[in-house]
Parts: sequence; structure tokens; C-alpha cells
Amino acid sequence: MTGILLLEQALNGLQFGLMLFLLAAGLTLVFGIMDMINLAHGSLYMVGAYLIATIAAASGSFWIGLAGGVAATAVIGVLLELTVLRRLYERDHLSQVLGTFAILLMANEAVRMVWGSQPVPMAMPAALSGPVALLPGFSYPAYRLFIIGVGLAVALLLYLLVTHTRVGMQVRAGASNREMAQAMGTNVRLLFTSLFAVGTALCAVAGGMLGPLLAVQVGMGESILILAFVVIVIGGIGSIRGALLGALLVGLVDTAGRTLVPVLFGQLLGPAAAATAGPAVASILIYVLMAGVLFWKPRGLFPSHG
Amino acid sequence: MSKHSSLRLAALAAAAVLALPATAADRVKVGLMSTLSGAGSGLGIDIRDGFQLAVKHAGGKLGGLPAEVIVADDQMSPDAAKQTADRLLKRDKVDFMTGIVFSNIMLAVAPPVFQSRTFYISANAGPSQLAGAQCNPYFFSASYQNDNMHEAVGKTVQARGVKKIALLAPNYPAGKDALAGFKRFYKGEIALETYTPLNQLDYGAELSQIRASGADAVYIFLPGGLGINFIKQFTSTGLNKEMKLFAPGFSADEDVIRAVGEPMLGIFNSSQWAHDMDNAANKRFVADFQKEYGRLPTLYAAQGYDAARLIDGAVKTVGGKIEDKAAVRKALEAAKFESVRGEFKFNTNHFPVQDYYLREVVKDAQGRVTNKTVGKVFDNHADAYAGDCKMPAETP
Repeated sequence: MTGILLLEQALNGLQFGLMLFLLAAGLTLVFGIMDMINLAHGSLYMVGAYLIATIAAASGSFWIGLAGGVAATAVIGVLLELTVLRRLYERDHLSQVLGTFAILLMANEAVRMVWGSQPVPMAMPAALSGPVALLPGFSYPAYRLFIIGVGLAVALLLYLLVTHTRVGMQVRAGASNREMAQAMGTNVRLLFTSLFAVGTALCAVAGGMLGPLLAVQVGMGESILILAFVVIVIGGIGSIRGALLGALLVGLVDTAGRTLVPVLFGQLLGPAAAATAGPAVASILIYVLMAGVLFWKPRGLFPSHG
Repeated sequence: MSKHSSLRLAALAAAAVLALPATAADRVKVGLMSTLSGAGSGLGIDIRDGFQLAVKHAGGKLGGLPAEVIVADDQMSPDAAKQTADRLLKRDKVDFMTGIVFSNIMLAVAPPVFQSRTFYISANAGPSQLAGAQCNPYFFSASYQNDNMHEAVGKTVQARGVKKIALLAPNYPAGKDALAGFKRFYKGEIALETYTPLNQLDYGAELSQIRASGADAVYIFLPGGLGINFIKQFTSTGLNKEMKLFAPGFSADEDVIRAVGEPMLGIFNSSQWAHDMDNAANKRFVADFQKEYGRLPTLYAAQGYDAARLIDGAVKTVGGKIEDKAAVRKALEAAKFESVRGEFKFNTNHFPVQDYYLREVVKDAQGRVTNKTVGKVFDNHADAYAGDCKMPAETP
């Protein structure tokens, strides 16, 4: 029985981690290459989820919603980059934080104006709404397996893109030394606009995948953005490999913590302490993980700068 | 008109207003602060709609005085709620406050409300703290005490011979009250007791633990969107075929049923009210609520409606003199109004003593998935904390 519990929790952690990776991948490239802190990254995730939910509801198909919503969000991302974000690259981090935080607030209000303050319902595709038997006596929700599949596929695609293509080479060069890459003739501006489009599309995919599982609501980007930052700090800023590893670590530690910490507290301190302190400690576990990683590896697990 | 003369006119008008002697109130101001955005918004919206339906039924008045209902959103955040409450109390100078859904927000807002000597009529939150040692002459619950509904399910689950159960609630005051209430009447084995953060919407990890716990049944207290997510995810793991799901009325009310649909069928839940209760006040309320808003009311809507009717009755009893706090308190304690749940009376701690029913989610004659009352669990049930309450005889 415990073997199945561990397996199931590992799958849960994997699913959560891969979704974090979709968000962290775009964030880390922007941060790594342009040295730009983009707090509005979570807003694109939110806008993506809303667009996908709306198109899915209007067309009656989850898949049309996903395709349409991801494309529309990527366009919004590019427009945002061309009009506003582009002007922030040369500024210091404080201006970037203030500027993108303003965008975050405006995005929340804009979404509230268009869709209202109540969560928008989003259904998972009917074919994936049941359980799938993986082992005798162990079934797992089909939809979560689907999320894992999508996450792994995207991770593989990104890996091939970054390590086996010319664009990927430029991306890596830009991440480790922007000035040198520029001097060698890379058009960093163009590269960056396209990267931003990819990052935005990944956000939207994450929003669309998580929409039916969680709730499509105003402010949904903020809590997950913090986790995405934790992921890239753990993984090493600018590294896709680091983002993947960091995301999986955070996903697994968070899921395992929610299961194990209350049990551990229960055995050490009794049920009353487990009930009050257990959930609290479980929710700070990933920050403890981050502190630990930064203590031994101050630049993250796979730093890409110099 | 020159700039100076208009200034003078404004000054004169202001002086005239200030010079008016204080008279009996010409209207009743109610601050209805509730959760109107985010995962808990369905609950607040139902309270608001129920309250406003009662005001409409009374011709836009409460107790014969024109009613001004100021609606505000607490955003499910104690910090935002404290600021909004401050505005309602100090700037708008409301006579009554109502509407809060979540107990952590209620406990955060209670001190300033009581300090300002404003009556708070709870249309949902009923934390144990305010029922026991911290009971207050300015607090009245038109809903229930947090433990009550869970006590009713605990008794039902016990009576149905469930040997081993898994419990799940959010990590906040009402979550603690909920499971304490459940355990007061359930004597079987508890295979698992889990508290999740109040903003958590993904229950993957908890569902795995519930499966692994080997429980025969699971009891959840997850209000609003939390319950909707849990039940959908519960069904998608296939656990619904392995164990029975029990819930308080909160997690199996019409809002949850609307969102989840058929997988809800067969879920037993408890409530002090049901839309099929047979009394004149309830029939009118349910019919008009459907006509007005195009959906079946939830228990939150019923509580909102009753909160307004309680204020209406009290203001009528004091003849509109709402400045007389002692008289208003007496009138509220007497609770002279026709409740949609039939009889309504207050205990010494200003929490209701009332009946609790068992409802089952069924398909009704029209083919709708909805709740049906199937029995009564408690008669004239009081809460476990009233004994600790030393309610001051004088209103400070």
C-alpha cells in the first residue's frame, strides 16, 4: 500500500513540477539573456488560462480552446514586448520590477473588467475525466497523466531546440555572455522577441492545462509566479536544464512535504501538533529547500553565466 | 454666480446641515461586506442576493425605514477586509454589518466592529471563539455555530456504521471547528486527518493519502470552489467507486451541484435549511429567488435572507429608534421574524438553537440534480460553547 502511495505522490509531484517548468522556462530565458526581471510573467499565464477557457466554452472543444488560446496569448506577449518591455531592458532591476509590477496590476484589473471577479469554470475534456488503471489496484487520473505527457513533450522539444539548433546556440551564447554574443553578430533583439513569444506560449499552455484542475480566476498568476522564481533560483538563472531540474525538485518536495510532514510531526509531537504545525511547515518546505541549495550552491544548481 | 457667492452658499448649506438637531434615524444603513471575488465568491454572492431579496420583499425598507445596503468585497483576505470594514464603520457609519463568509475574516474584523458599537449579524461565519469565551453583545449569528453542521454529519456517519474515515478541512478557524464538531459525534476510527491551506485548489496529494489510508468513507469540509475542485478531482481518481463521500451542506449545496453535476448524486449532507422545507416564508423565498436570479438558492442565500429579516424585525420592534443600542439588542435577542428554516430562536450566546436536517443529492421530478431533505438529525440543537459565554447584561 505504501509503495502505491509513494508512486502516486511521485506522479503528483512530477505533474506539478512539469507545469512549474513551463512557467519557469520562459522566465529563466528572459532573466538569463536580457537580465530582465519580469513580474508580469504570471499575468500572461492568467490571460492564457482565461482566453483558453473562453474559446473552449465558445467552441465547445477543449482542444480548439487550447490551440486558439495559446496562439492569442503569444500574440499578446509579443505586443507587450514590442511596446513596453523592450524599453525596460536597459534600465536597472528596480525600474524593471516597478514597471512589470504595474503591468501585473493592470492585467488583473483588465481581466476583472472583461470577465468579472468570479472564477470562470473550465471543464476537462470528457475523454480524460476518468481514472486510468496503471497497475493492478492502482489507477491514476487520466487528465493528470495527460499533463505529465504534455510537460515531458515540451521539455524534450525545448531541449532539442536549445541544444541542437542554431537558434539554441545563440540563446545559450546570449545567456552566458550577452555582450560577446552581440559582438559576434547575434541579433539579440529579434532573438529575444521570438523567445518572448515562446515563453508566453508556454505560460498559456500551463494555464490551459491547470485551468480545469484549479480555478481560472483573477490573481491566479501571482502565487504560481513566486514558485516559478523559486524554481529558477534553485536551478540557476538562464539555464533550461536548471529550470527543469529545479521545477521537478520543487514539485516533488512540495508534494512529499504535504504527505510526510504531518505524519512525521504526528509521530514526534502528537496529533495536536501535527494538525496545527504540520500544514504550516509543509508549505514552507520549498523555501527551506531553496535556502539549502543557495547555501551550498549560491548560483543555483546549473548556473549559465560565465 | 460668482465664485465667492457660490462658496458662501456652500458654507451656508454646510452650516445648516450641521445645525440640524439629531433626530431619530431616517434610514437604516447596512454594511454588507462579503467575499465577492475568487474561489469563495459564489458564497458571498448568494448571501448578498438573499439579503437584497429580503429588502426587496420589504419594499426597499428594513423595519419600516428606507434601507441603504452598502455592498463591499472582502476579497477573501483578512487585511483587505479590515480596511473595508474600517471604511464602512468610520466613513459610512453603518448601523448594522453583515455578510462575512469566512471565519478567519470574521475574527479579524470583529474587534473594530464591536469597538464601534455596531451590531454584527452573521449571515454565515460562526467561529467557536465568538460562541464561547469571546461572545459579544454586538454579535448575532443568523446562521449556525461552525461545529453544528459537522456534528450532524458526524452523528449520521456514526449511525450508518462507518468504521474508518478520512477527514479533510482547510487550515483556518472554521476548518478546526468543523473537524472538532465532527469528532464530537463520530466515535469510529479516524484513518486520516488532514488540513490544507485555505487557498489550495489542487488535492492530488491529499487524494493519494486518502486512498492509502484505507478508509471506508471520507468527510470533507471545503466551502465553495474548494469543494467543487475536490469533488471533481475525487471523481477523476475513481475513488468515488471505492468509498462514500460525506459533506456538510456547504460542500454539497446548489452552487457545488451546478458546477459538478451528476457525480454529486447520492452524497449525504447536513444543513439547518433546505430549499424544499415546507413553510410559507421558505416557499416565497425559494420561488422569488429563482424568479429573480434564475437559480436555486443555497443555504448561504437563506442565511442572507434571514439576516435581513432579523434586522427588519428588530428595527420594527424598536420603532425605528436604532440609536438606542440596548433596545436594539433586546429586539435582536427576541428575534421576532419568520425564518425560512421554520422556527428561529437565540441561545444566551446569540447563536441559534435550531434543528439540523440530513439532505441527499438526488434527481428530482424535473430531472434536475438537487438536494432533497431525507430526515432530521438534531432537534433544537445548541452549540457546545454556550456554557463558556458570559454575556454582559448591560450593552456597553
